[in-house]
Amino acid sequence: MLYDISLRISYSFGEFTASGSQILRVLPRELPGIQRVIASHLDFQPRATARVDGIDFFGNATVNASYRYVQHELCFTVHARVRRSDAGAQPDMPTRLGALADEIASYRGLDAYSPHHFIGQSQRIRRDNAIAAYAHAISRRDLPVLENVIAISNALHRDIAFDPEATDVKTPAGVAFAHRKGVCQDFTHIMITALRAMGIPAGYVSGFLRTIPPEGQPRLEGADAMHAWVMAWCGTEAGWIEIDPTNGITVGSDHIVVAIGRDYNDVAPVSGILKTAGSQKTEQAVDVIAVTERT
Amino acid sequence: MPFGPARRSALLSPLLSRYQGQPGVADELLDAHGNIRPVWRGFIDYLATIPQSRLPHMLARGDQYLHNAGVYFRQYDGQGSAERDWPLSHMPILIDDHEWQTISAGLIQRADLLEAVVSDIYGKNRLAASGHLPASLIAASKEWLRPMVGVQPRGGHFLHFVAFEIGRGPDGSWWVLGDRTQAPSGAGFALENRVATAKVFADFYTGTSIHRLAGFFRRFRDTLNGMRRNDTHRASILTPGPMNESYFEHAYIARYLGFGLLEGEDLAVEEGQLKVRTVSGLVPVEVLWRRLDSNFADPLELDETSQLGTAGMVHAARQGNVTLVNALGSGILESRAFLAFMPRLSEHLLGQKLALPNIATWWCGHPAEAEHVRRHAAHMMIGEALSTRLPFEIDEHGAPGNLLQQPHDGLLERMIDEDGARFVGQEVVTLSTTPALVDGVLVPRPMSLRVFLARTSEGWQVMPGGYARVGKSEDPTAIAMRRGGSVADVWVVSDRPVSTETMMAPPPGPFTRALPGTLPSRAADNLFWLGRYIERVEGDIRLLRAYHLRLAEGTAETNPLLELLHDALEARDLDVTSPVPAGLLQTLRHALNSASKIRERFSVDGWMALQDVEKTALRFQQSVMAGDDAAAAMRVLLRKISGFSGLVHENMYRFVGWRFLSIGRALERATFIAAGLTAFVEGAGLDGALELAIEIGDSAMTHRRQYSVAMTRNTVVDLIALDPLNPRSILFSVKEMHEHISYLPGADVYGHMSPLARAVLRAQSEIAILTPETFDGAALDLLSQRLGEMSDILTLAYFQ
Repeated sequence: MLYDISLRISYSFGEFTASGSQILRVLPRELPGIQRVIASHLDFQPRATARVDGIDFFGNATVNASYRYVQHELCFTVHARVRRSDAGAQPDMPTRLGALADEIASYRGLDAYSPHHFIGQSQRIRRDNAIAAYAHAISRRDLPVLENVIAISNALHRDIAFDPEATDVKTPAGVAFAHRKGVCQDFTHIMITALRAMGIPAGYVSGFLRTIPPEGQPRLEGADAMHAWVMAWCGTEAGWIEIDPTNGITVGSDHIVVAIGRDYNDVAPVSGILKTAGSQKTEQAVDVIAVTERT
Repeated sequence: MPFGPARRSALLSPLLSRYQGQPGVADELLDAHGNIRPVWRGFIDYLATIPQSRLPHMLARGDQYLHNAGVYFRQYDGQGSAERDWPLSHMPILIDDHEWQTISAGLIQRADLLEAVVSDIYGKNRLAASGHLPASLIAASKEWLRPMVGVQPRGGHFLHFVAFEIGRGPDGSWWVLGDRTQAPSGAGFALENRVATAKVFADFYTGTSIHRLAGFFRRFRDTLNGMRRNDTHRASILTPGPMNESYFEHAYIARYLGFGLLEGEDLAVEEGQLKVRTVSGLVPVEVLWRRLDSNFADPLELDETSQLGTAGMVHAARQGNVTLVNALGSGILESRAFLAFMPRLSEHLLGQKLALPNIATWWCGHPAEAEHVRRHAAHMMIGEALSTRLPFEIDEHGAPGNLLQQPHDGLLERMIDEDGARFVGQEVVTLSTTPALVDGVLVPRPMSLRVFLARTSEGWQVMPGGYARVGKSEDPTAIAMRRGGSVADVWVVSDRPVSTETMMAPPPGPFTRALPGTLPSRAADNLFWLGRYIERVEGDIRLLRAYHLRLAEGTAETNPLLELLHDALEARDLDVTSPVPAGLLQTLRHALNSASKIRERFSVDGWMALQDVEKTALRFQQSVMAGDDAAAAMRVLLRKISGFSGLVHENMYRFVGWRFLSIGRALERATFIAAGLTAFVEGAGLDGALELAIEIGDSAMTHRRQYSVAMTRNTVVDLIALDPLNPRSILFSVKEMHEHISYLPGADVYGHMSPLARAVLRAQSEIAILTPETFDGAALDLLSQRLGEMSDILTLAYFQ
């Protein structure tokens, strides 16, 4: 499926000026065989004092931007055209959950997709006994890893209410889970915590959802801003699969990947602070349009 | 040795009467047969000649030195932290030069090995791919900084300054207990220990073949300076700041080596280059000796909660524009579990066995090792695999660094089964003992040794000496200072004459004068405010003295001036119901706080003089009575403040920082006199008010000499506002500011004045043309406004 994507993030600081450096992870990434970026660019209004484009450890596109004394408002816009396809079939002999630990241990790489980055704790993923108990109750070690992952995703979709008012960007997974409420970031953090508790390597994916679903399908939650979902490592042969607990679906061709990482901190669309004398207000708008292709 | 004949009596010396080795423990002084080791003999013979009555005086000489030098360490407890006296164990530890050569060779090999390991961990990760280091262990370490992966450090090396903690095992051989690669501390303290110990045993130390330390530091300094591409970019030390337990050392080393001392907020990144915010604008820094842990160094790409870092430092390192000593991320080498892999890594990477073994360590992430640890747990220390603490160290929360010293209830088995990768087992460390002086006699105490290595143009250099830690009791976990341990100097004794070179380098060419470095904005800000606070304190004291002098003679009914003074004091937040008001102490603390942030720019005497003012004021607060007693106390405080001012005026180098301090004082003084004139001269017209104005302006003597006529409003205004020769007058202060400002960076660019230079010239002209008759209330108001404006312009131009 071919998409035209636009993203607009704006900051307003009223009568004050703002200065600082930020790292942006907002450009769609290349995923060989699955996602191809045909064109993409990021504009600043006003122009950044300095801008350096790069690639981070996990292979995400970064833009390091500095500003000095920006007045009233700062605005980033992304325009991109991306082709995304389905990940394809799963292997015939999938790894059972009980055998996953040995497969992880036999993996000796530290590349961006090495499962070793995605087990244990990371800055935003801490051990949580309640989430671990929840995951244990659902999981079965004699079943394939993928089936366990889907079972946990479905359970979370069923048990947790989508509620934009209940949490904010800093809410820990444990808190959101205790309230059984949250947005895509919370679903994602809770599910990563649950998977890692079961010894399944799990990471955070940020990206976009198509705004208008294919005919006859319901509109997905999270399409009006940047979205987040989970990637899970299901064994040496199966590798990584993507799954969206917020919507309770495995990821097909409706999700466009921007960045991957261990948790939100690795993929935050904007990190770093703008210093200003007053308060600042942020707004975000996303549009993802499926482009009809003539054959 | 001059004391040969005394050798026979050595063991009979009362000092050694109770000294005895312990079974199963090596001792530094005595060999296995209980004989004094040859390297110690000369020193022990010398000790035996010291009359018992003299020893305390000798020890006091060392302690006095440490006190005068201002050496302290910061100790944290549940409530907060405090500066504590430096706990020197006066007995040095003596090591034979031949043995030292063996240790040095082993440590140099280890430093090379660590460099090879860290460059692989941040490079191609071949060690993980070949299974020599578990990928999962590296990935789980929070010291493995993913933003630094693939970044080749400028100059090619990750490690430039490392330390090793070593100890001597029961069989007499040395073992490495831990690697220190993040930001090793102790080298500066080792220097101070040396100076103090050499003072205690001055008559022995001078002329002996004990290796000196200065050469090591000189070579390291020259190496760091040599890594700059531009000589005007000063090599600097990055410190977490005054609240860090080793801040004294950071400031001390910076002064000793002639480096800048910077905090994260002194730095900014501009176009990929790390720069210092100075009063002359942004100045590049190319070589930074990092004493701040990596994760805190950059809130943008590392720990985003860090308040100590500089946004963009990682970016600057990636661009190859700065040499960080050591490279960001080097701390991963300190992980305990790495010790398990070092023997094989040495053979794999260097093709050699480890010359100096490290303590045996088993990582429980491998099934066979986990099984071994389970089986031998009773004889092991078991702890966190990724902890960077030494096996016997206690962490800051007071809990043992070793998670489980004694296995019980199968808990250990369960933890290893569930999450073995989190744990290591290490053999129990037995440290050798060394003589420590306790209650006048020598007793054996456990000790470990930190040895420092610096990479120079001629390869790794080992500091011939070290930083020894000596336990408070026989328990080796009591070595840490926060557990009451002490520290000791290490003497490497040669049988040949040693070089006594100092920090002074031999002149390489014709004489060139070193130019003073540029001043960081934060330091300038603190100096300016130190000047203001000190002057404010002085003004407070003068007003308080005037108040109490009059209080001694009457009440507000008999002397309405008291009312006037009361109001003036109240306007300065001084509550006269207490003879030493809390507000005075508050301002004094502000002064100390400003000074504490720039301690390396100050003489120790200046710092102690300031502390003394505070201590005295605190003592007075407890005891002083209102009236004459308080007035006398204020006189004492004034004298002590003058002591500090004298040091600043007589001894402080006239660098640009001194200008900021002086501007702060002059500004505050002019403000104070202006307020005094408004309150006592322009207002009430009370009896004695003019004398009061002259008194707080400290110009009574001058007035008597200058004006034989009676005191009038005009004579007072003339003397304390308009007299260009009276150092207390407003005009004098403004002229001083004018002069200082003309020396500030950018004050005059090809004849164009800076806004600040214009402002001060205007203020000066406005006052200079006044006469006592025209110097009225309106003129005073305008002046106060001008002074406020100047402070604002100064802040904007230099401190932001």
